[in-house]
Amino acid sequence: MTEEIIIAGFGGQGVLSMGKILAYSGVMADQEVSWFPSYGPEMRGGTANVTVILSENRISSPVLNEYDTAIILNQQSMDKFEGMVKPGGVLIYDPNGIIHPPKRTDINIYKIEGTLIAAELGNVKTFNMVVLGAYLKAKPVVKMESVEKGLQKSLPTRHHYLIPMNLEAVQKGFESLELVQAV
Amino acid sequence: MGELRLMKGNEVIAEAAIRCGCDAYFGYPITPQSEVMETLMDREPWDETGMVVLQAESEIASIHMIYGAAASGKKVITSSSSPGISLMAEGISYIAGAELPCVIVNVQRGGPGLGTIQPSQADYFQSTKGGGHGDYRLIVLAPSSVQEMNDFVELGFQLAFKYRNPAMILTDGVIGQMMEKVVLAEYIPRLTDEEINEKYGSWATNGRKANRQRNIITSLEMDSGRMEKNNIRLQEKYTKMEEEEVLFEEFSCEDADYLLVAFGSSSRICQKAVDLAREKGIKVGLLRPITLFPFPKKPIAALAKQVKGMLVVEMNAGQMVEDVQLAAGCAIPVKHFGRMGGIIPSPGEVVEALEQKLIGG
Repeated sequence: MTEEIIIAGFGGQGVLSMGKILAYSGVMADQEVSWFPSYGPEMRGGTANVTVILSENRISSPVLNEYDTAIILNQQSMDKFEGMVKPGGVLIYDPNGIIHPPKRTDINIYKIEGTLIAAELGNVKTFNMVVLGAYLKAKPVVKMESVEKGLQKSLPTRHHYLIPMNLEAVQKGFESLELVQAV
Repeated sequence: MGELRLMKGNEVIAEAAIRCGCDAYFGYPITPQSEVMETLMDREPWDETGMVVLQAESEIASIHMIYGAAASGKKVITSSSSPGISLMAEGISYIAGAELPCVIVNVQRGGPGLGTIQPSQADYFQSTKGGGHGDYRLIVLAPSSVQEMNDFVELGFQLAFKYRNPAMILTDGVIGQMMEKVVLAEYIPRLTDEEINEKYGSWATNGRKANRQRNIITSLEMDSGRMEKNNIRLQEKYTKMEEEEVLFEEFSCEDADYLLVAFGSSSRICQKAVDLAREKGIKVGLLRPITLFPFPKKPIAALAKQVKGMLVVEMNAGQMVEDVQLAAGCAIPVKHFGRMGGIIPSPGEVVEALEQKLIGG
């Protein structure tokens, strides 16, 4: 099994760290992983994206032109990446800030109210973990215990007290994924 | 087996330098390789192994600090990205002329000039054909994974000391910035002053002992006759590298009708392109030079007798393609496909180029 994912949104939304935690979760589950970020000025307020690949086999290209799953968190990324989801693939988006919802009819589309849920949880910084949880509902590529181990591995020890709050956000996202269109 | 980690290529260069018993790093920050020095500063190896890490005032200063430290037999490394390597070019030529070992890492970005901070492979000519002045060569290693960023640091030092010649790790923003699993090397202790004297005392300027002549390190020789002899010695060294140090890797070449040739991050993209093309029924193989100097001429010449054409894929306007054409000869078409200025070609584009430039044409 190989899962090729693009996560795209604004810098500051936690796009890169979400990819990193997913990659660490893959390592914890003994998978091959690659994580390739957009880097440079776009990270600081502009659009940011990261390609994450999880696989049982050796990973060839870390750079792709089509994806099994696109997680889209702003309009610019919708414009850029909607067309790059493989037919039959998955697109997950947060409707907050999306003016033009996806139009493709040959892919599975899901919504997650990540911004709202994170605000309800009382910490908007858990937004990316809510989205991660939603993704894992649509595509159970790693188990929840691997995510917990991934968080332990990727967060510095001084931030470990935040892990329960993050796991709660992942769980909430997992429960809140809405199906828009199935093919 | 060593320690398994998930790390960026740049971070791994730093970690590998500490672990292989490096004596010093001198450098100056530049995107996309700044994590090398950031990681070193964060790790504080001066407390652990005694390794010196210094941010110099410029790339020019860094490379001359490398020159000085290498002259005393120390194991020293620097890193930069394309414009910074251009600034170092004079020093690199001096180090090659003075026959000193060191490792230089170039995490390439798009040029020319200040260019862009996005990945590129446009420094192939600079790395393999000169860059600085004079008839010198660098040993050039092109890693294609984060694991090889680890492995090639110590390999680079081994070759650099074997030939008393600078070795370059030629990589780019893709491998430098991406994270992959890596098995880190075991620690090798730094050499003591006595060990350096024993191993390199015949040339290093580490304090003249009573029982030997003064060692002189210089690239200057005013007598043309002697200077030509120095050049001949250098050329003999480069010929020996070509005979003994060529490294390359082949993928799906056994039954290939067409061949992709690519190094570093492009070779990763081409591995995927090979899979995509084979799904379409096109029998394609991939040859990946690991050493760019010495260049794998013989395996390319051998495959030129087997395949109907070659496509050289590089993130530049066509540089390595010239070496592939020389090795392959004129019997088959050797074409180039590349993107420039920091754009990374996708596996799909490579297959399209293969169909248009070789199969269709």
